[in-house]
Amino acid sequence: MTDAARAVADAGAEAYPRIVAALIRVTGDWTLAEDCAQEALAAALERWPHQGVPDNPGGWLMTTARNRAVDVLRRATVERRKLRDLALLTDPAPARPEGDVVDDRLRLIFTCCHPALALEARVALTLRTVAGVPTADIARAFLVTESTMTRRLTRAKARIAAAGVPYRVPTGPALVERLPGVLGVLYLLFTRGYDADGEPAFAAEAIRLARLLHTLLPDQPEAAGLLALFLLHHSRRATRRDPSGDLLTLDQQDRTRWDRAAIAEGVALLDRAGDGPYALQARIAAAHATAPTAAETDWPAIARCYDALALVHPTPVVRLNRAVAHGYAYGPAAGLALLAEAREGGALDGYPPAMAAEAELTARRGDPVRAAALFRATADAVRSDPERRALLRRAAELSP
Amino acid sequence: MKYMMLVCTDTQPDRNPDAAPDIEKWVAERDANGQRLTGSRFAPPSAATTVRVRDGELLLSDGPFAETKEVIVGFDLLECADLDEAIEVARAHPMAYAGRIELRPLVED
Repeated sequence: MTDAARAVADAGAEAYPRIVAALIRVTGDWTLAEDCAQEALAAALERWPHQGVPDNPGGWLMTTARNRAVDVLRRATVERRKLRDLALLTDPAPARPEGDVVDDRLRLIFTCCHPALALEARVALTLRTVAGVPTADIARAFLVTESTMTRRLTRAKARIAAAGVPYRVPTGPALVERLPGVLGVLYLLFTRGYDADGEPAFAAEAIRLARLLHTLLPDQPEAAGLLALFLLHHSRRATRRDPSGDLLTLDQQDRTRWDRAAIAEGVALLDRAGDGPYALQARIAAAHATAPTAAETDWPAIARCYDALALVHPTPVVRLNRAVAHGYAYGPAAGLALLAEAREGGALDGYPPAMAAEAELTARRGDPVRAAALFRATADAVRSDPERRALLRRAAELSP
Repeated sequence: MKYMMLVCTDTQPDRNPDAAPDIEKWVAERDANGQRLTGSRFAPPSAATTVRVRDGELLLSDGPFAETKEVIVGFDLLECADLDEAIEVARAHPMAYAGRIELRPLVED
């Protein structure tokens, strides 16, 4: 890549979402905003190699995109609303402080994450419009073709205009009501990036957006909690797989390669994170991340967090993890008792992590024969070959 | 924006419908602040007449266009800045508790 091309790529990654957000605010026209931002990037690719990279690449792109929008609106049929937009765009002194620019993106996040849109549309639209992720990459993450994803994004944008979804950050009680939805979208985004087959860039993008959200809403504890959770999970990204690509459990990972800066930042955030569900998950992640060795993990602290989490979020998986934590903190009998409780209702029937947990707790309680049988049953239930091999190995160790 | 607020029944109303606000109060307040332009209750579906023209011939049938358990029992025409304002108006209506409410923007050129 030439220097100029690299400059376009760098400036574009940073400026594209800002330009789109600013032009949507002024024109209310999503397609126009995106088209003009794209055309500014194309113009930069064409001109910068000859004319040199401008001193302020982001500013150059913003000006070019805005001029392009003025051209388009000027050529469009003259109607009152368009004329008003034009007046706003051509205002000779648009003295907007930097804070306002950031605010544009927050507005965009809340608009893309509006609960009147379907959840998948919210995630896709946030990726495309707020984060500037190419449609092709989003399509890959959702396992659909690019043209399908293009249609979905177009539909979502049309719905925003037709239904009258406001381009605004809600205030007061409405903010408290809407924020969980926004945090939920970012969480889903992060998970898409962190899952075994996910797009790693999405995790980084989710962190960037969570950081932006926390900067702009510093008094919202769950925004701090979510950012802390992301950072603490992400600190382990380099150590989660062995050279053959298989996932490694916490006790198998090389802790010296965990990202200490991310861990420190995540732990520091916990002071402002309160006790919401994301904060509790972050505290659990922090207990793992700050343990010098797996054996020195503060399991009683983790068990307490799961107790609190199970009160607000009594999902089967949370109750399973709570049983495992209690098993480490207070002995296998305590863990097995809670596991039996979590199993009531049958939601965990045939769920391999629950079967593996029972096998592990049974082994530690001193019943190797039964534990080996449980490990073999778990091996039959899992789908991935490496997991099956690991479980069968464990069964073989227990039954000599 | 103008929203047609369709007030509908639902076979699964809120388990605590007593928490619903008073309808007289709702109408008086929305009329006073200009959010409600007009509105009315509907006579029951049995009073409906469905009109069609097919091959130039007028076809009338009694009853609504579809037999459903949930029906539209009334409407209010709202004038709101955006969807969020319309949602706030709808959530304050007692039938949001006892039934459901559909907000449909009017296409305005």
